[in-house]
Amino acid sequence: MTDMANGNLQQKSSVHTSDEARERLAKRYRAEGNFKWIGRAAIGVSVAFLLLLLSSVVSQGLPAFTFNFVSLPFEVTAEKLGTDGADQDVLKRADYDSVIRDAIRAEFPDVTSRNGKRALGGILSSGSSVYLRQQVLDDPSVITSGKKLEVPISDFADLYLKGQITSGETVDGAANLRVERQDKEYRLIADEPVFANALSKAKERLSVRVAALRKEQAGTLRSKAKLEGDIVALQERIPSETDSVVKERLETTLAKTEKDLALLLKRIEALVEKANALDGRIANKGLGETLTEEMPSSLLYIGGGVLKLTAITTNTATATPYFALAEEMSEAAKGTWQLRTLDVVEANRKFSDQEIVWTDKLVERDYVRSGINTIFFTRGASREPEMAGVLGAAIGSALTLIVTLVLAFPLGVAAAIYLEEFAPKNRWTTIIEVNINNLAAVPSIVFGLLGLAVFLNYFHLDRSAPYVGGMVLALMTLPTIIIASRAALRAVPPSIREAALGIGASRLQTVTHHVLPLAMPGILTGTIIGMAQALGETAPLLMIGMVAFVVDVPTTFSDPSTVLPVQIFMWADFPEPAFQQRTSAAIMVLLAFLIAMNAIAVVLRKRFERRW
Amino acid sequence: MSVATEILQPNVKTGKETIKMSGQKVCVHYGEKQALFDVDLNIVANQVISLIGPSGCGKSTFLRCLNRMNDTIDICNVSGQINLEGQDIYDKSIDVVELRARVGMVFQKPNPFPKSIYENVAYGPRIHGMTRSKDELDELVTSSLRRAGLWEEVKDRLDQPGTGLSGGQQQRLCIARAIATKPEVLLMDEPCSALDPIATAIIEELIDELRENFTIVIVTHSMQQAARVSQKTAFFHLGKLIEEGPTEQIFTNPHHKKTQDYITGRIG
Repeated sequence: MTDMANGNLQQKSSVHTSDEARERLAKRYRAEGNFKWIGRAAIGVSVAFLLLLLSSVVSQGLPAFTFNFVSLPFEVTAEKLGTDGADQDVLKRADYDSVIRDAIRAEFPDVTSRNGKRALGGILSSGSSVYLRQQVLDDPSVITSGKKLEVPISDFADLYLKGQITSGETVDGAANLRVERQDKEYRLIADEPVFANALSKAKERLSVRVAALRKEQAGTLRSKAKLEGDIVALQERIPSETDSVVKERLETTLAKTEKDLALLLKRIEALVEKANALDGRIANKGLGETLTEEMPSSLLYIGGGVLKLTAITTNTATATPYFALAEEMSEAAKGTWQLRTLDVVEANRKFSDQEIVWTDKLVERDYVRSGINTIFFTRGASREPEMAGVLGAAIGSALTLIVTLVLAFPLGVAAAIYLEEFAPKNRWTTIIEVNINNLAAVPSIVFGLLGLAVFLNYFHLDRSAPYVGGMVLALMTLPTIIIASRAALRAVPPSIREAALGIGASRLQTVTHHVLPLAMPGILTGTIIGMAQALGETAPLLMIGMVAFVVDVPTTFSDPSTVLPVQIFMWADFPEPAFQQRTSAAIMVLLAFLIAMNAIAVVLRKRFERRW
Repeated sequence: MSVATEILQPNVKTGKETIKMSGQKVCVHYGEKQALFDVDLNIVANQVISLIGPSGCGKSTFLRCLNRMNDTIDICNVSGQINLEGQDIYDKSIDVVELRARVGMVFQKPNPFPKSIYENVAYGPRIHGMTRSKDELDELVTSSLRRAGLWEEVKDRLDQPGTGLSGGQQQRLCIARAIATKPEVLLMDEPCSALDPIATAIIEELIDELRENFTIVIVTHSMQQAARVSQKTAFFHLGKLIEEGPTEQIFTNPHHKKTQDYITGRIG
């Protein structure tokens, strides 16, 4: 009896406990495990890309948040400006350029040539006079108080000070150095091969040239082969040609081709000769070299001055002074002089050795201060990178988004409420729904064209104004808000509506008092998504003219302005390397805006969230 | 064909019964499908009438007609006449919002607003402008909660969300909410079906007390509940009103075979 019962039991349960069943179950678990791993991998890849993007933006943009300012003893006095501060007009029109010029030239009185003086002025920003004037106008008491004023350094000097122009190494002089002066040139002689390292670096650059020559030579081989082939072919054809006119033409061609070949052979010969000569020079390690701008620069710091080496051998060098020595000397002891070699050759950078020397001197004299780049946060756009700021674009973005929000949010939510709660479900509302969904997918530039055609050309509204940009973006954001709001309204359970209606609330009261508060989190999410999209839109705003070069910071909704993404787009086009950094910095500002908006959305959601 | 026997005439048999609401030849269509076939039913004032019948027989549909909740369903089409104190509620001159203040409803699944307990009860009187001052409103809320038998349990936490109460408490809150608007008729759609026996007992007791001031129509699946709670009972089957009469009579001596079958458990 028991056996039979047992047997029956076993048979009944084998459906779920047999080996096959167990295998099937294991397969299900494996599939689930695989799915989880795929999910983790997807998240991992996304996070990796996000980190890559953020790190590249931040690493490039962070240097732009600091800037170097120079405070020379500017003669901001009553005599120079023409007033002691009482007369604003005179103050505005005073010649600040000359104040700055005089100050920088006073620091380097040895610079006498015209080009030299111009280059010297280029160490400071070209907007220095504007900057200085602003400080004086803001606080005219500095004229009498003698307070130290600052101007921004030039963009390349700033990059140099941040180490972005070139790197280099400095070594202490390894031996005594004899110094001979011949007019403007210096000759330096040592008993040990102190310049051997610099020489070998110069020779390395030569081999780069040799490689280029050999490559060019290899490129000519093809042409040579072709010419030779043509000649052979022509030489074969001519004797057998009967037509005299054709024969004459062929003979002319043959002569020309032979001449071309001769020229090519000569050129190849010249290339080979040059390359071989260079090879010879490289091989001869002891042979001195003239340091052209294609070679790594060497600067000699000796006796309080700076000399640039123009030609070197292992033990000797000739040099020109880039900064005068404090006093004449004939010998410099070992360890009292330094040799500095720069990695990037002068021809490949936009900041010359002379400018490097001047900038270093200013730092040495404690005139340079590195601080937060207030210019970036307080000024509008400029063609000069050191004077360029993001404030204009930021305010423009803020104004435009305010207009967008004020227009799109009430309209969108009201439309969603009407379509979801009040409108009859017939063919017309179906058509409207389909069209709204399609509008959400329309490329944004189409809205820009619409804005251009209707707002600017038909209604003649202001070009580049935030309120027009706001209207265009509102059109673009409306479908997003409507769709998200409808989904949020639909998600509210009908029991809430029934309860409200049963109590005697009208349709509108039901919606506004009961349904809307419960749908708010979803509506807010949709709105923030729409706003974030609008914040990053460039194309439609380009169409309505917000790409114009706007320098002033906008104050009202109708001032011409630009927005952050357009500003980033414009700066990305400018060639100066300092602008590359500012582009990344502006991207970081844009991201900060976005994070702030999302934070507001999260806070609002938490406030409205109610559990039903 | 309607088979409605023993419809009580006003002031004829007992002289004390007045008709609060009545339906004549009420038909309801959901699109093509017909759910109610010519229902004639009178609802007597200050009495509890229970509508019983198997699932899908149309009793909830009829109940929802009485306060025009079927209007919210687009495909629903109501024909016939339903009167509240002699006035056709589907007449164009009747404001449906006012109607729903006079005919309140309690639903099957408790659905308090996700607001505070106080707000839940105060909402109706507020939107109908029933009180002139905060004190009056407080008074109304308190008395409604007392009537619903919930006051003792929530008097200390009126500002807490209504959704935080237990099932039975939530249903009583919904009853308090419904009676706060001082309706004349109270419709209850299977109010105890989601509750445990103790909560059910409390609510049934409540219904009996409310009977003094309100007319109550209750839809129920439980015949025991119908027997305990109501004075009149109407039996529906497949969209038709089969029989209607005093509860005792329906349950002990039904006139119709279908009624008999249902009560004894052979159908439904």
